[in-house]
Amino acid sequence: MTQVVAKKQSKPISSYLLRRTKVRLLSIITLPMTWIVGVYIVSLFLLLITAFWNVDPFTSLVSPGFNLENFKMVLTVPAYIATSIRTLLIALSVTAICIFFAIPLGIYMAKIAKPWVRNLLAVAITLPLWAGYLVKIIAMRLVFTEEGFFNWAMAPFGIRGPGFSIPIVILTLTYLWFPYMALPVYTAIRQIPPNLFDASSDMGAKGFTTIYRVVFPLITPAVIAGSVFTFSLSLGDYLAARFTGGATQMIGSIIAQNINLNPPVAAAYSMIPIFFIVIYLMVARRTGSLERM
Amino acid sequence: MKGKKLAILSALSASVLIISGCSSGSDDSSGVSIEVPDIPMHQAMGEFEGELNIVNWSGFVEPAWTDKFTAETGCKVNPRVAGTSDEMVTLMRTGQYDIVSASGDAALRLIVGGDVQPLNIDLIPNFSDDIAAGMKGNVYDTVNGKPYGVPIGRGANLLQYNEDVTGGAPESWDVVWELNTPYKGKITAYDAPIYIADAAVYLMYHKPELGIKNPYALDKTQLAAAIDLLKQQNQVIGEYWSDPVAQITSFVGGNTVVGTSWEVLRKFAGKENIKTTLPIEGSTGWYDSWLVSSTTKNINCAYAWMDYTSKPDVNGAIAVNFGMAPANTAYCASSPEAQAHCDTFFAEDEEFFKRVWPWTTPIETCVDGRKDVKCTSFQEWTNAWATVKG
Repeated sequence: MTQVVAKKQSKPISSYLLRRTKVRLLSIITLPMTWIVGVYIVSLFLLLITAFWNVDPFTSLVSPGFNLENFKMVLTVPAYIATSIRTLLIALSVTAICIFFAIPLGIYMAKIAKPWVRNLLAVAITLPLWAGYLVKIIAMRLVFTEEGFFNWAMAPFGIRGPGFSIPIVILTLTYLWFPYMALPVYTAIRQIPPNLFDASSDMGAKGFTTIYRVVFPLITPAVIAGSVFTFSLSLGDYLAARFTGGATQMIGSIIAQNINLNPPVAAAYSMIPIFFIVIYLMVARRTGSLERM
Repeated sequence: MKGKKLAILSALSASVLIISGCSSGSDDSSGVSIEVPDIPMHQAMGEFEGELNIVNWSGFVEPAWTDKFTAETGCKVNPRVAGTSDEMVTLMRTGQYDIVSASGDAALRLIVGGDVQPLNIDLIPNFSDDIAAGMKGNVYDTVNGKPYGVPIGRGANLLQYNEDVTGGAPESWDVVWELNTPYKGKITAYDAPIYIADAAVYLMYHKPELGIKNPYALDKTQLAAAIDLLKQQNQVIGEYWSDPVAQITSFVGGNTVVGTSWEVLRKFAGKENIKTTLPIEGSTGWYDSWLVSSTTKNINCAYAWMDYTSKPDVNGAIAVNFGMAPANTAYCASSPEAQAHCDTFFAEDEEFFKRVWPWTTPIETCVDGRKDVKCTSFQEWTNAWATVKG
């Protein structure tokens, strides 16, 4: 009995919190809320609010105020509109290519490959994640330079690379973000019970019909999850365009160009990718796959 | 101790100035009057504060010469490397730095914005006649006759070419501007709004009817003409560069045959067939100077630093390390290697630099002296630049 009392006294905080549920809740959520609100939302808000501010044309000093000129510019200057559309198409292409390769790879790894091949492939997919992001972009740059690996390897076949341009940007971004699509898709396919494949073939479905009618509906949430990564990461990228795009300009390029020279325009322009992603998430939500994720 | 000695010295030189009658202010050759915030300058040297926070280009502040400076003055040097002029301006406006190695395109912005203070040249004995004539009194760091900057070094934006492909030095910049260029898709250009001035330099020569007298003083029609030329270039360009490494790999890897470059980048490319030239139209160039923050707490260390780095040997060491022409030409005669460096970078060749327009922030006041029109500001250049690449 005395021992129990002694134990109770030895944990004053626990016993205090046990009796006061509100304090307990507060102590649990304070830290993460401070992080989310203080560090994440406030800093984002502070950045975006400058979109309404003025810039002194003389000194490029930013001063608080309210005007919609920056938004007007972002939405009317043809170069900005063209860049927005180009970036959107690049991000969609990257996502489509990632899906196109991730599904057959996932089926092979999960259902066909021997365990050691499966492990080897899993390592091969995740290995590039270990290297630095910039290192990978520079590597792609070196591969596709005029006297680089690609042209050297393809010379016997009379094929020459396209030089730094939009296709190379798409390829680089696909290379960068492919693991984010391949891993969730592979995991989803692995979780499909093997007897579904047997059932499908018993009912007379051929390989592609099985993929289309059985596999695809089951892995849609994983594909959507992966595509949120590939799409939003591609949308915000600018280093790939800078190093492998030649004269290609993406949304990120313009934001980077303006971040020192004209922060309000950079802030206004950064609303565009946010807008695209919100639309994308809303579409994804309508398909119902976000709930099943 | 040394601080006191310096203070006496500077007080002496200050009195000499009073006797000689303060002639600065009348030698404003361009006749441009620019409105700037009134900031008092440092009057006499005092005790060293013990530290100096520098915003600098990579290679300007190295232990090889800062250690000696710290030993002499007790000022501990804290360098912060910036990648672009715009980043330098942003950093200086935080108020955390005492001094900056600004190029002309950043300098005038800082001066007009009241971020830097006018300098008392008499406290900088090494700012002497040995400083290259072409680096003194330029509009980017000397406003209304008041000097704001101490020159460090300079370099031209040259036309670099791959001789294996071109077969010789292109005479004109037309190979990077015109639609009928033989090097379509193999052209590179500098990726910054200040590059608009390069288009203006080309137009000055080929379209005199536009009446451009200074590539940094463009009215609305002249800017529009320059932007049209840049848009034309956009159809034949291969790549824009802002990262020197990307530019070098682009030339070495064969993706680029002609384009804007610096002498130092050619050296780093390290290939016999990659050469530079200054075409008939002339070009733009970057002239770097030390500018002192208007809110600095380490003013004496800043002045000591400017004086120290203007010494022939230290100035030469910075110039060699970065790869540019030193401001202090006395360095050139100090050794055969120094002379070779000066010759490579045209340090003493004023005729060469007469054909180079130093980067200057475009402002509404026309720096070519025109009073009847408003010129386009850097903000307008920035917005216009964004439309070039489409």
